[in-house]
Amino acid sequence: MAIITYREALNQALSEEIERDNNVVLLGEEVAQFKGSYKVSEGMLEKFGADRVIDTPISEAAFSGLAVGAAMMGMRPVVEFMFWSFCYVAFDQIFNNAASVRYMSGGLINVPIVFRGPANGGTNVGATHSHTPENFAANTPGLKVICPATPADAKGMLKAAIRDNDPVCVMENTILYNMKDEVPDDPDFIIPLGKANILKEGNDMSIIAHGKAVHTSLEVAQTLEEKHNISVEVLDLRSIRPLDVDAIIKTVKKTNRVLLVEENKPFCGVDAQIAFLIQDQAFDYLDAPIKRVSAIDAPQAYSKALENVQIPAHDRILAKAMELI
Amino acid sequence: MEGLHHDTILEPSATDSDKKKGDPKLEEKEKALPNQESAEDFSTSSANQSLSAEDKVDLYEKMLRIRRFEERSLRSYQQGHIGGFLHLYIGQEAVAVGSVSMLGEDDHVITAYRDHGHALAVGMDFDECMAELYGKKTGCSKGKGGSMHFFAPDKNYWGGHGIVGGQTPLGLGIAFALKYNKKKGSCLCFMGDGATNQGPFYESLNLASLWNLPVVYIIENNGYSMGTAESRHSAGDPLARRGDAFDIDWSVSNGHDIYEVRQTISDALASAHENCRPSVLEIVTYRYRGHSVADPDQTYRSKEEIEEYKTNKDPLNLFREKLIKEGNITEDQIKTIDNRAKGDADASAEFADASPYPDTSELMDDIYWETDNPDKKTSQGTMFFETPA
Repeated sequence: MAIITYREALNQALSEEIERDNNVVLLGEEVAQFKGSYKVSEGMLEKFGADRVIDTPISEAAFSGLAVGAAMMGMRPVVEFMFWSFCYVAFDQIFNNAASVRYMSGGLINVPIVFRGPANGGTNVGATHSHTPENFAANTPGLKVICPATPADAKGMLKAAIRDNDPVCVMENTILYNMKDEVPDDPDFIIPLGKANILKEGNDMSIIAHGKAVHTSLEVAQTLEEKHNISVEVLDLRSIRPLDVDAIIKTVKKTNRVLLVEENKPFCGVDAQIAFLIQDQAFDYLDAPIKRVSAIDAPQAYSKALENVQIPAHDRILAKAMELI
Repeated sequence: MEGLHHDTILEPSATDSDKKKGDPKLEEKEKALPNQESAEDFSTSSANQSLSAEDKVDLYEKMLRIRRFEERSLRSYQQGHIGGFLHLYIGQEAVAVGSVSMLGEDDHVITAYRDHGHALAVGMDFDECMAELYGKKTGCSKGKGGSMHFFAPDKNYWGGHGIVGGQTPLGLGIAFALKYNKKKGSCLCFMGDGATNQGPFYESLNLASLWNLPVVYIIENNGYSMGTAESRHSAGDPLARRGDAFDIDWSVSNGHDIYEVRQTISDALASAHENCRPSVLEIVTYRYRGHSVADPDQTYRSKEEIEEYKTNKDPLNLFREKLIKEGNITEDQIKTIDNRAKGDADASAEFADASPYPDTSELMDDIYWETDNPDKKTSQGTMFFETPA
């Protein structure tokens, strides 16, 4: 097992799947000659050629829709968005066409496609480049959506997504691209979608998070344990749809106190649904109201001073956790 | 200008008419307007010269069957059997039938929401189409798609898409897949004149030309984007000329003449098959019914205009007259074909009426491949968050 970055893990997943299945292609802006805006696809053009690693113009509606059409015909395209924020100009292709063709055709047509790219704030690029649309995607029956938080998950879940016969939205995070960790090199290393992961066991409180918020939550858990003697369980959702509801309910029943943390905006965000599920299925196990920390409810701010406050940071999460005790 | 598509008494006349006079392609467009004589006879052109009498009668029958099917569906709609929208193709039949009649095994079709004509032209049957309109389990999409969303991938027919212009990148992708798999095929991507003002169309034209993709964009110009006449929705004429900006070959042809449609498609297919080049074809046609049948029809065009087309440019009448003149069809055949079409249309309405609605449990089918194939499921967790009781 090698120690590699999240970025390299994605590259391995893409390379292995392109090698394995002739129907898999990667297309998007700057994925080939430029080696990827975030260097995720570095070396792939040289290795697989321009038929498999395809530079597109800045034209999201066309290349997203092209990929959906190709997927309807049996190909397995992986569409890279330089930022998930840019999917908004291709909304119809993803949220109408990719998501609904199977249903509207009575199951006659499959759309085995992956849309992937970073979906995060925290890099001082302002509102238009900092969207986290996992809640939009999860609100659309027909789409699956995952938010891997570690290098191993990035590889194992992207490979699962590419092999999946339904459209999968893979939401990555530019801040995690340099994160290093152990990643299996088995070409059939797969992490199934819809399987949450307990990253830290604990007894007094559960923190449930996804994406980069997982790492902030782990830091908070450490503080709570070291400074306040509170034992915290941290559950990484990994996948939003399908959702590991059993794992959520299990940890709530174990600790009886739950804090939800996400970098999504609060209103109709992912954790709104999770809070509903918990009160619906584990109400009697709760010793305190469910608490939640999300991004501050403003368009993403440019200024570092503001954005650092906007995204759930250690102290804000810690303060909310203390309210639970 | 005289006849930038459909001048009506309700439309201001355009003022920039003179600049395009003499443009042969614009003249082609004007031939398709009422009271214009179609100068060129395509009945013996390369695409049509080998058609037997039987082939021609078959083309006529296909067109007529679309019309009778839709007339019957209109009655069902008026009787309350069909919900939502019903976008009828009546008046435009020569375009779908003529186009589809030229296709080979690796040629594919995708279209917009006015899709019944294309569906029937590729060989879908009355029963499954009518049942779909009725929202029945026996419908082509099991009652989940409706009028705008007919599909038959086994017949290379990829829908039936509801968002104006939304299918234009999909058609591109079908062509991409064909080329990727080294098939000598093409994708005919039908659209209305209104779709030419949607951004994804231009993005698609750019990629089609840049990447040499065998996609044929067919603008079925019926003169109106819903209730907005071409002169009020589009700058520049003809619409197909927009292909010029991307170095794509384009043409304008008369969609009331099935022979001309076939020749136009034949030329575009040759370019797609031999050179992997896209085309933009503007085929001028006319719809007799409202955008959807429940829409008011007299606010944006006159009864007289509709009557003029019906009298002078009806594709079925024109073709029937030609066939009679050519000696390729008899009055008896005409009657037999008509009776069969009407009978089949009535039977399809009866079939649809007698068919069951989908069961409530079927609401959750056909969403994900994976939930439909639980034995092959690889993911875990909960996929649905509210299901029928």
